[in-house]
Amino acid sequence: MGNAMKLTMNFTSPRFYVPAIFLGALALLPIYAMLAHQPFYVTLFSRIMIFALAALGLNFILGYGGLVSFGHALYLGVGAYAVGILSFHGVTNGWLHLIAALAIGILMAGLIGAVVLRTSGMTFIMITLAFAQMGYFFVVSLKSYGGDDGLTIDNRSAFGLFDLNSNTALYYLILAFLAAVFFLFARLVESRFGMVLRGVKSNERRMLALGFPTFRYKLVAYIISAQVCVIAGFLLANLTKFASPSYMVWQVSGDLIVMAVLGGMGTLFGPVVGAVVYLVVEESLSSLSPGWFPKIEDVLNKHWLALMGIFVILMVLGFRKGFYGYLVEREARRAQP
Amino acid sequence: MSLELLIVQLLNGLQYGVLLFLLAAGLTLVFGIMNFVNLAHGSLYMMGAYFAAWAYNNPIFGIQGSFVMAAFVGIAGSMILGVVVERLILFTLYERDHLDQVLATFGLILVFNEVARFIWGPSSYYMEVPEKLSGAINLFGISYPAYRFMIIAVGLLVALGTFLLIQKTRIGMLIRAGASNATMVGALGVNIKLLNTLLFGLGAGLAGVAGLMAGPILSVQPGMGEPILIVTLVVIVTGGIGSIRGAFFAALIVGVIDTIGRVFLPIVLTNLVEKSLAQAAGPAIASMLIYLLMAVVLAVKPQGLFPVKHG
Amino acid sequence: MKIAAFATATALALAATAAQAQTPIKIGFVATLSGPAGALGQDQYDAFMMVVERNGGKLGGVPVQVLKEDDQLKPDVGVQIIQKFAEKEKTPIVTGVTFSNVMMAMAKPLAESGAIFVGSNAGPAPLAGPACNANFFFTSWQNDMQAEVMGKYATDQGYKRVYGMAPNYQAGKDFVAGFKRFFKGEIVDEVYTTLNQPDYSAEISQIAAKKPDAVYVFYPGGMGVNFVKQYKQAGLLGKIPLLSTSTTDGATLPALKETALGVISGTFWGPDFDNPANKTFVAEFEKKFNRIPSQYAAQSYDAAQLLDNAIAKVKGNVGDKAALRAAIRKADFKSVRGPLTFNNNGFPIQNMYAFVVAKDAKGRVNLKTIAQPITAQRDSYADKCPIK
Repeated sequence: MGNAMKLTMNFTSPRFYVPAIFLGALALLPIYAMLAHQPFYVTLFSRIMIFALAALGLNFILGYGGLVSFGHALYLGVGAYAVGILSFHGVTNGWLHLIAALAIGILMAGLIGAVVLRTSGMTFIMITLAFAQMGYFFVVSLKSYGGDDGLTIDNRSAFGLFDLNSNTALYYLILAFLAAVFFLFARLVESRFGMVLRGVKSNERRMLALGFPTFRYKLVAYIISAQVCVIAGFLLANLTKFASPSYMVWQVSGDLIVMAVLGGMGTLFGPVVGAVVYLVVEESLSSLSPGWFPKIEDVLNKHWLALMGIFVILMVLGFRKGFYGYLVEREARRAQP
Repeated sequence: MSLELLIVQLLNGLQYGVLLFLLAAGLTLVFGIMNFVNLAHGSLYMMGAYFAAWAYNNPIFGIQGSFVMAAFVGIAGSMILGVVVERLILFTLYERDHLDQVLATFGLILVFNEVARFIWGPSSYYMEVPEKLSGAINLFGISYPAYRFMIIAVGLLVALGTFLLIQKTRIGMLIRAGASNATMVGALGVNIKLLNTLLFGLGAGLAGVAGLMAGPILSVQPGMGEPILIVTLVVIVTGGIGSIRGAFFAALIVGVIDTIGRVFLPIVLTNLVEKSLAQAAGPAIASMLIYLLMAVVLAVKPQGLFPVKHG
Repeated sequence: MKIAAFATATALALAATAAQAQTPIKIGFVATLSGPAGALGQDQYDAFMMVVERNGGKLGGVPVQVLKEDDQLKPDVGVQIIQKFAEKEKTPIVTGVTFSNVMMAMAKPLAESGAIFVGSNAGPAPLAGPACNANFFFTSWQNDMQAEVMGKYATDQGYKRVYGMAPNYQAGKDFVAGFKRFFKGEIVDEVYTTLNQPDYSAEISQIAAKKPDAVYVFYPGGMGVNFVKQYKQAGLLGKIPLLSTSTTDGATLPALKETALGVISGTFWGPDFDNPANKTFVAEFEKKFNRIPSQYAAQSYDAAQLLDNAIAKVKGNVGDKAALRAAIRKADFKSVRGPLTFNNNGFPIQNMYAFVVAKDAKGRVNLKTIAQPITAQRDSYADKCPIK
């Protein structure tokens, strides 16, 4: 996990072909959906990609920084409400939405990061949770912006060049962001910044002794990771045309962590794999009914959360590296003589 | 705003704090000594409440409607459940990092909630305050519900008992030593596995007591553990992980601040700003108070109020 | 020639009947089926399916396929479910929906899908007013109505000072606003507590200190169980009358039992209503599910009955939206609540009643009708709705 291999174009490596297959399949999905007369798949996978993006963002500090943030769902809310509140006041320009979301996101992540990064371990987990809870309660109290009922958004962000009101256009925008952030992280992780970050994760004292201002590096990493979630929130608000405090509850933060770990925490593409697997399993479990054993299926459908719980436990006990992480590690082991 | 009202609210805060302490004590011990994050602690509290309510509503060896029987079944039930879960699943996670423990116990929460829903249904499960305690007590002219008084009394007794156990007995000494340096204690020939299991059982039992106490006044339903779990985590982090004393004081402070804040903040705000704004901002700030408190404490003392000194 | 024409005609007739009769109509059912509030959605589902199964899997003489989805009280999941209904399943009819925040999120995609919606619980104000839709009908009530009847009842009872409490979210604030609209006395204080807050001892102590003539609360589900238990323990239940909405109902009474005796509530229906449709409903529900039906079950039962009637009227041709709409609007069926007609915005015009929790003839803790403060009530937002 995290060995310093350069991003070479080794076509047989799972680090190449898995992302290639996934991104390729995602790019072709809308065409398949159109041919199969199932436009629903476009919206389903739009949602999956948004969470994949958020998990990807979280993983930057979780997998590479070793910081377990239980409060990243807060930034989903920032992105979503930036769109919601601006739309509410008649501002529909997508660029303004995005800029406002990122500006507020950077400010908040900077302030919160400055506080939480002083702690570590369990305390860090708790305090990130606390800030997310505070954000949640704050938004719930905003009656004029819907409060707990949420805020309906009349039109998707207007970008001028393309019309996001088409589901397919939004789908490709999300895919573009996902691919862009993935490639950005790929560069970042191998860069000097990424190396320092990984060094901090493995032994912070050593990095400090070497003269690195580790706090500053962690803060920048935290801010970057938060902004990816802000963008995911911006896209989520556009997809559902709705902003809600329920996007910020701690269970969502927990879900993001599960997705990152499920796919492979210390890997680059792992969270995307994890998000896809997790959400597809969730969708299937809650509406699965092939009709073989109706009575049992009915119980399973009703109590599908228990199956998710068992799934998560088994994953932690047995499959720690995650699906994608397992492939990457197998390749790394083979590479060593 | 009268003195009588203030005293009643302080008692309310004390009662909430005591309930939090019962939960925090078990959680902080398990965390501090076994270095194990157990998010499913809230589920043990829930199961304690369910066991107690079930024993109260159904004849056990011919006895029904007995609070004592409910107490016995509730506490014993959660202890046994805790030990079973620890031996079957959790012990594999002791060597793992916190993230794994968080995830696995997060999964356990989901399973427990669905089990409760499957056995007892999704709505609230009936439990009532025992007849003898359903009135009010008159103390220096102030009227306060008898049952809540009992919660305070029981909670303080348990706090005292735990304190004596930890400070004055041999087992307690081993526990404190384990909190400081678990490896050394193991090296000295103490059966760490047994100690851990006992410790976990004790924590689960305390959660069961909290569930038993809370059942009659709060709603016994699937998912009842999560809201209080979050606050319990705030308490143990504020108090200092592994410290019973820290858990005690932090629990009381959190309980009182939350109660007083919820009641008086809107009133204070109404005097400062316009009424509708106060009505909107008041509850919001009140909800955030305990998190603000934790953030402030951690900013000043990152290890909590009464950190355990590690050898 | 004649034989050919005859054969063609027969073939066409057969084809037409086959096409009409045998493809089941898909009905999308979405509600909150998990979590602490899951009991409400479950009641909605059980009652709806009771009608379908009683008819042998049919409504209006046509086979139906009810697609059940759980919105988990998450608005974004609700939106996804509507998109699934519209794009994947292409359901012509959607029903259910428990909570207002999920309803508001679903409103837009639901309207865009063009499906006919028969809501059986949530009735948020915007959908009764500016955002009303010709395709939306509600067999429940507009949120404020239940609070308004309590306000009228309080005025009728001569209460001068009332203390109001609700959770701090949109529905909570709407309900207190509804109460105030019809209450002519003084509101001593309005307190909004955190959503899902378990302990109200602090707030209840405040009430005891203020000594109002009555207290009005809106605390659905688990919150209601907590509040009523604690109110009783503080000794206030016999002393200060407790008026409520959605706090003591089929979902919470089984957990409260005798603790809730004496609590007053306001809504459009009670299990003891003495009309044939209701007697049948209550008897059938109690026999099948071994519990007293809540108002959520009654609302959903009526939704199924309404659809049964309307689909029969259009002879299963639900593709003809205009005809189906008109058939639904007629509301030509025997509702369990008694008289029911639809207002211009698709919300019911109905009588509203006050109930008290009391023991019924079988000794069970149940709701008993005590007054009918408002007759043929229209919701307060109908004139803001553009549909005439």
